[in-house]
Amino acid sequence: MNALKAKLPPMGTLGPAIALVLACAFFSFQHENFLTLQNSALILQQVMVVGTIAIGQTLIILTAGIDLSCGMVMALGSIVMTKFAADYGLGAPLAILCGIGVTALFGLINGLLVTRIKLPPFIVTLGTLNIAFACTQLYSHAQTITNIPDGMNLLGETFPLGSAHVPYGVVLMLALYLGVWIWLRDTAQGRHIYAVGNSPEATRLSGISTDKVLLGVYVLAGVFYGIASTLTVARTGAGDPNGGQTENLDAITAVVLGGTSLFGGRGIILGSLVGALIVGVFRNGLTLMGVSSVYQILVTGILVILAVATDQMSRKGAR
Amino acid sequence: MSSQEHTIVMQAKGLVKRYGQVTALDGVDFELRAGEILAVIGDNGAGKSSLIKCLSGATIPDQGEILLDGKVIHFRSPMDARRSGIETVYQDLAVAPAMTIAENLFLGREMRRPGLLGALGFIDKKKMLSESINRMNDLKVGIRSMTQAVETLSGGQRQCVAVGRAAAFAQHVVIMDEPTAALGVKEGNMVLELIRRVRDKGLPVVLISHNMPHVFEVADRIHIARLGKRAAVVNPRHISMSDTVAVMTGAKSVEDLPAEALA
Repeated sequence: MNALKAKLPPMGTLGPAIALVLACAFFSFQHENFLTLQNSALILQQVMVVGTIAIGQTLIILTAGIDLSCGMVMALGSIVMTKFAADYGLGAPLAILCGIGVTALFGLINGLLVTRIKLPPFIVTLGTLNIAFACTQLYSHAQTITNIPDGMNLLGETFPLGSAHVPYGVVLMLALYLGVWIWLRDTAQGRHIYAVGNSPEATRLSGISTDKVLLGVYVLAGVFYGIASTLTVARTGAGDPNGGQTENLDAITAVVLGGTSLFGGRGIILGSLVGALIVGVFRNGLTLMGVSSVYQILVTGILVILAVATDQMSRKGAR
Repeated sequence: MSSQEHTIVMQAKGLVKRYGQVTALDGVDFELRAGEILAVIGDNGAGKSSLIKCLSGATIPDQGEILLDGKVIHFRSPMDARRSGIETVYQDLAVAPAMTIAENLFLGREMRRPGLLGALGFIDKKKMLSESINRMNDLKVGIRSMTQAVETLSGGQRQCVAVGRAAAFAQHVVIMDEPTAALGVKEGNMVLELIRRVRDKGLPVVLISHNMPHVFEVADRIHIARLGKRAAVVNPRHISMSDTVAVMTGAKSVEDLPAEALA
């Protein structure tokens, strides 16, 4: 019995999954179309961008940081890649790489400010949030970029799964989650990310360069935001200068709902996928019920506070 | 007993360390013999923590030299000291609370899996687990499961993990900076017992402590720091606690002590 108990994930890990099941049950009673295969595929498609941003966000939150700039950096990346393709005639792969390069550069700037000047991540990313937004508007002249090469839509194309159609981007997102989960769990680098979030002092005294770990995490998060840029361009077929606004908070919500502690060092990345699905399910379910988007934002806000409160209380319980 | 009979593992000669106008170390000497527990005591500002920082690589002395096994060494960082086989245990329980005991023992020194996976950074959890069990059993640390998070342990058990980690990896010397200061009576005794076992395994221990009963319980010799110098090295079996404190505070000078009290 005890052996079984030790093998099962702790309550903090199961909680988000239970919440997801409850949310699905609730909406399937509210609307008969909710639990169909088509709608499930739609939710996945809607979640793939936020879900991918949430991977980068999880890495940062695991180090006891936070990235408020994630959605805006993602939007900038999508503008850069679409404009480079449209204006300079770059092929899709090269244009996408340039976009990811810019989001990684923002990650590098965030990381350098956090590690070299020792600024709190909250303040740093509040600054880069605005910088990225302004860059997006200036560079795009607030215009949507539509004349993009076909190659950029590739990840938005779907393959049939039963009666539903699933975009390739969803498969990419799931593969990324799987890869990062294994990396965090089974490699020295992955464990060092947890250690930095757990106790930077103990990590430093163990001879690990905490600055290197942090810098790597911020740059890597930038790369994931760039991949999310690619996905959002593929999904909408355009570069949207007003993108990323809901994703910004939704990604943080997903991570927190997924059970990763805002205090750092605790959490499982697969939880963030569950968290992103919870956010997606709420948005989709409320839309099906005809609830206006303002109320969806209200609900997301309440969800975040609930999740953080649970985190705080469970930590107190552990002491 | 003359000191020639003892092998000196670590030695410092005339260390000077100044911080601006303040002279923290004023030509201090230090000697650690093989297989002993050497306590370092001193009032606040006597220079004991500056001395320990020099020995553990945390600060670089302005003058003087440090010898390890008779060879002059220059530590530029705690990592240098670690590479030379000197491990330090800190007062404030330097462990990562949400990580397992095994992970804490090997933090920063993870064992890699063989072959390609290891080159990619994959760690060998099974091997680390069995090694953790062996090493903790060696030190008779009675912790049931190495896969439990450190935060589930009591303060004393956590400190045992920190001491166990240092003892497992130290080749030459273990330095312990106030290892019992944050602990209750029973827990403190548990850690003292462990410190003795570390010495009995053959590793010399430098123990910095304010706690006189603890010092007198485990130390083989006591280095008394005073005014940035070494006031005396005494033998706890031939001197009283009050005389030791008197030397430490300057109320008594070394000449007032009987010859057998010195070590």
